[in-house]
Amino acid sequence: MASVGMMTSGFSPAMATPGMSFQDMSAEVSTGTTIMATEFDGGVIIGADSRTTTGAYIANRVTDKLTKVTDYIYCCRSGSAADTQAIADIVKYHNDFHRMEMGEEPLVKTVAHMFKQLCYDYRDQLTAGIIVAGWDKRDGGQVYSIPISGMLQKMPFCTGGSGSTYIYGFVDSQFKPKMSKEESLQFVSKAVSLAINRDGSSGGIIRLAAISKDGVERFTLTGDQLPKFYEDS
Amino acid sequence: MSSIGTGYDLSASQFSPDGRVFQVEYALKAVENSGTAVGIRGKDGVVFGVEKLITSKLYESGDNKRILNVDKHVGAAFAGLNADARHLVERARDEASSYRHSYGDPIPLRHLTERVSGYVHAHTLYSSVRPFGVSIILGSMEQDGPQMYLIDPSGVSWGYHGCAVGKAKQNAKTEIEKLKMKDMTVRELVKEVAKIIYIVHDEVKDKSFDLELSWVGEITGGKHELVPPEVFVEAEKYAKEALEESDDSDEEDL
Repeated sequence: MASVGMMTSGFSPAMATPGMSFQDMSAEVSTGTTIMATEFDGGVIIGADSRTTTGAYIANRVTDKLTKVTDYIYCCRSGSAADTQAIADIVKYHNDFHRMEMGEEPLVKTVAHMFKQLCYDYRDQLTAGIIVAGWDKRDGGQVYSIPISGMLQKMPFCTGGSGSTYIYGFVDSQFKPKMSKEESLQFVSKAVSLAINRDGSSGGIIRLAAISKDGVERFTLTGDQLPKFYEDS
Repeated sequence: MSSIGTGYDLSASQFSPDGRVFQVEYALKAVENSGTAVGIRGKDGVVFGVEKLITSKLYESGDNKRILNVDKHVGAAFAGLNADARHLVERARDEASSYRHSYGDPIPLRHLTERVSGYVHAHTLYSSVRPFGVSIILGSMEQDGPQMYLIDPSGVSWGYHGCAVGKAKQNAKTEIEKLKMKDMTVRELVKEVAKIIYIVHDEVKDKSFDLELSWVGEITGGKHELVPPEVFVEAEKYAKEALEESDDSDEEDL
């Protein structure tokens, strides 16, 4: 069962070496990713690294973890690539139907609720940490965090994945409510860059997107464009 | 009544040669036998009023309500067969709760109406069921303001600023049309609704009745509920006084 995922799978070929105990094989899988979202004045910014790993092997170094659900709502995926892709597909399907039935764009709240429902109902079978972010005409830009067992919480900004643990200090000290779009893009790229520097399972390029009433604008920061910080030489 | 229908009125699944479905028309008759129900949509909410006819003095008062809650933000007033209406309201409650479960948000009334009227309509298509002998008015307070819809036994629905169903619906509609409801608050409308119910009540044919009043709007924080006792008393007093005044002026005319 070679699973390609944004995680160190307990059953990945790299780890299934002879002499490894069953306990090690079923050790908790980590969310080898850095994802992030933040509200700004008029919308949201989302960002992610681009590394997908199968154990120590980098299965994809330019992954797109920012996944479209509707024209105005995206999700950032962390955890098992297979699980999160499947969930995103299902939510997208339900939402396309919902949009037709209601004749208008779904609310971010509704999309987040659908993600939560699936993540919670199948919490024993899934490894999925998802951030839902987007814009709707009723409530503007919103960020919702759905960590691993299916909790749902609305937040002004939020980080996720294994890389997030390294940047709590940074984001908590740097976040300000009602930042401009440019400030927020800077904030997210710095945070993800810092996470990439410290987290072994995050890396590659930084993918960013700004979502507002005008739709989605996407950006990528390649290796040479990543914000630089103190490095031991 | 003797010759109409002739063979084509036994099932809701068959048209008459001139294109009518008699079972649905008979269902409308059941609605017309019922006490009047009125709904008015103002600028900050919806008010319902019902003339609940009392057919026996032995009944305990306040039972068999004809205004019910569907969801926190949705209320329903109906005219027609009580048991049919309760079933339909239960269906509406299930739809509302299922929407909340799936989408984490209160159901928009436009959508709830679509669901319920679809259910009502399904009962006009098969020989194994009879149509609902009920017209139901749904009212709600939403993000983009108050909403009100009326569903007929045929399964047709319309959005309204003011509507009436039951015995005296014609008179009630005439009274509603005199109001500038788009500029009125529910606090003002509740008195007018009480007055309309008192005006259209026929004390010769039907002896006593209970007045039921409910509202949903900014004043209730978006919740549908029966009006509080002090508001009810004030509205009923206003209605009775207005009726006495018109009676006096009628006598003067004579």
